[in-house]
Amino acid sequence: MDKHAKLKFILTLLVVLVSFGALYIAQGTMNSFYIRVLNLAAIYAILALSLNLILGFTGMFSLGHAGFMCIGSYVAGILTMSPASKEIIYFMEPIHPLLANVQWPILPAILLGGIIAALFGFMIGFPALRLRDDYLAIATLGFAEIIRIVVTNVIPITNGALGLKNIPSVDSLLVYWGCAIVTLIVLMRIINSSWGYAFKAIRDNEIAAQAMGINIFKHKLLSFTIGAFFAGIAGALMAFLITSIDPTMYRFTFTFQILLIVVLGGMGSLSGSVIAAVIFSILMEVLRFVEQPMNLLGLEISGIPGMRMVIFSLGLLLIILFYRRGLMGTNEFNWNWVLNRLGIKTSHQGKRGEAN
Amino acid sequence: MAELLRTEHLSMEFGGLRAVSDLAITISEGEIIGLIGPNGAGKTTVFNVITGVYRPTTGKVVFAGDDITGWRPDQITERGIARTFQNIRLFETMSVLENVMIAKHVRLKATLSEAILGLPRYGKARQQHYQECLELLEKVQLDDVAFEQATSLPYGKQRRLEIARALATEPQLLLLDEPAAGMNPQESLELMEFVKRIRQEFDLTVFMIEHHMEVVMGVCQRIYVLDYGVTLAEGNPEEIQNNEKVIEAYLGAVDIDA
Ligand SMILES: Nc1ncnc2c1ncn2[C@@H]1O[C@H](COP(=O)(O)OP(=O)(O)OP(=O)(O)O)[C@@H](O)[C@H]1O
Ligand SMILES: [Mg+2]
Repeated sequence: MDKHAKLKFILTLLVVLVSFGALYIAQGTMNSFYIRVLNLAAIYAILALSLNLILGFTGMFSLGHAGFMCIGSYVAGILTMSPASKEIIYFMEPIHPLLANVQWPILPAILLGGIIAALFGFMIGFPALRLRDDYLAIATLGFAEIIRIVVTNVIPITNGALGLKNIPSVDSLLVYWGCAIVTLIVLMRIINSSWGYAFKAIRDNEIAAQAMGINIFKHKLLSFTIGAFFAGIAGALMAFLITSIDPTMYRFTFTFQILLIVVLGGMGSLSGSVIAAVIFSILMEVLRFVEQPMNLLGLEISGIPGMRMVIFSLGLLLIILFYRRGLMGTNEFNWNWVLNRLGIKTSHQGKRGEAN
Repeated sequence: MAELLRTEHLSMEFGGLRAVSDLAITISEGEIIGLIGPNGAGKTTVFNVITGVYRPTTGKVVFAGDDITGWRPDQITERGIARTFQNIRLFETMSVLENVMIAKHVRLKATLSEAILGLPRYGKARQQHYQECLELLEKVQLDDVAFEQATSLPYGKQRRLEIARALATEPQLLLLDEPAAGMNPQESLELMEFVKRIRQEFDLTVFMIEHHMEVVMGVCQRIYVLDYGVTLAEGNPEEIQNNEKVIEAYLGAVDIDA
């Protein structure tokens, strides 16, 4: 089918190797603040990628992402905290005896965070995915809030409103970006597979997709569950990045930030999500000054917390009004484009040329 | 000839409106049957009930011996009924070939994890479907535009693509909802030749809605006439043309149309 397939594969492999090399070097030379920003970018990338699968590729207007992330965070946190910390931190009510002495390594805890989140995604999707559009948005929003409230109230497991502290800290770029790259590759493979096309068919025209023999509900549930899985993974990583978590972190505003990244990057573009996640995380830091007290032309302005989100919301508004496609639209980064720029004719372009 | 599709006392109500009322249709294998009637007669609703988009208020649909009343549309497609839509419903972000390949998804004998890991069973199955769909596009003369965006095609080819996509589900019965809508007489004629040809080639039974009577007269062996949801008449083209009730209710309307 594609005479440049081998070349593209080698290029992809090269990029992956170079990025891991770059991560390795960055880890040794960059200061911890920059590393932290980059790690946060990786988490946002995973969140945006997984929401994009649900929203951009399958066309389900779900706003429950913060809820799945919350589950991932708590599962990973509880599984990896040392028994000693648990004894100190759970002082309202002691931790459930079954959980008191577990202390898992990081990677299996991340994986289980994803799996439990996926389980919840499945259970929530079952009733909610019978709804559409704004009704689905409201229902998933409600479920996410329910998750948060349950987490606040099952004190022997989650330590309630006090949250978890002393979660082992992980600062390795390899862990965060490794997860992000794996997420990207897996989702790319799904999107380009027969299943990915089934999702896109549902997004484009549900009635026609059904007439093509596609079981709409089953495929929506599949997409939703996979999305929840990766949101859970991102949640677990978040727990290791900030080491102390509490239920208030997982409010709707968090889902809104992810939504913003997805729209900015382009609904239906995985590479767009990654690019937008990196831009968003860096801007969040760069724009920190707007929340500090400042002196504007002799005018004293005291710091306004939340000002950054105001700026981002305005940005989102402008994108939706004037540039709805986002950075990438539904396009993906692809080697054909790069190769053509380098003057190498790719097979697909050739075919087009013949057809015209 | 063996019976393929049968409806019994089929009725569909929307609120107080009886869009289809006490419909009894029988179609045998290999036939080309027409369904005609003025605007709002309930023709599309009949298709929607047969294909499971709506569950009938009363009555049942029997296909190849199975009572398919209340089945989901995708189950009915799998059972062997494919359809096109009056208002074209293509997958707009996809190419012509991708549109057709969607139909093969349910036939894929591999799991999602095999696809993610790129295992040979998935790759082989997918490659085979790719070839099959290219061949199908050749048969319907759309192979030259296989890699074009589906919605960039001229109207007539979009209609043909909808038919190709339906064929890709490997149906026994093909339902066509006003396939010649918006075409001039010459184009309509060509389309009817095309329908005859694919019926032969794919061994199909065809059930076709048409607004314009002249179009169906040439191809259909039998015709059902619907008006306000009620079956006015049934018979071969001559019988329909000479039927008093049809002339009154339907042909008058066509004359005004024309
Ligand atoms: N989902 C629905 N809800 C309510 N009423 C409906 C629905 N679908 C169809 N109807 C009504 O049922 C009647 C029959 O509609 P239908 O679309 O089946 O007509 P038709 O014969 O296909 O007409 P046309 O030639 O215009 O396509 C119309 O009065 C229509 O308004
Ligand atoms: Mg109609």
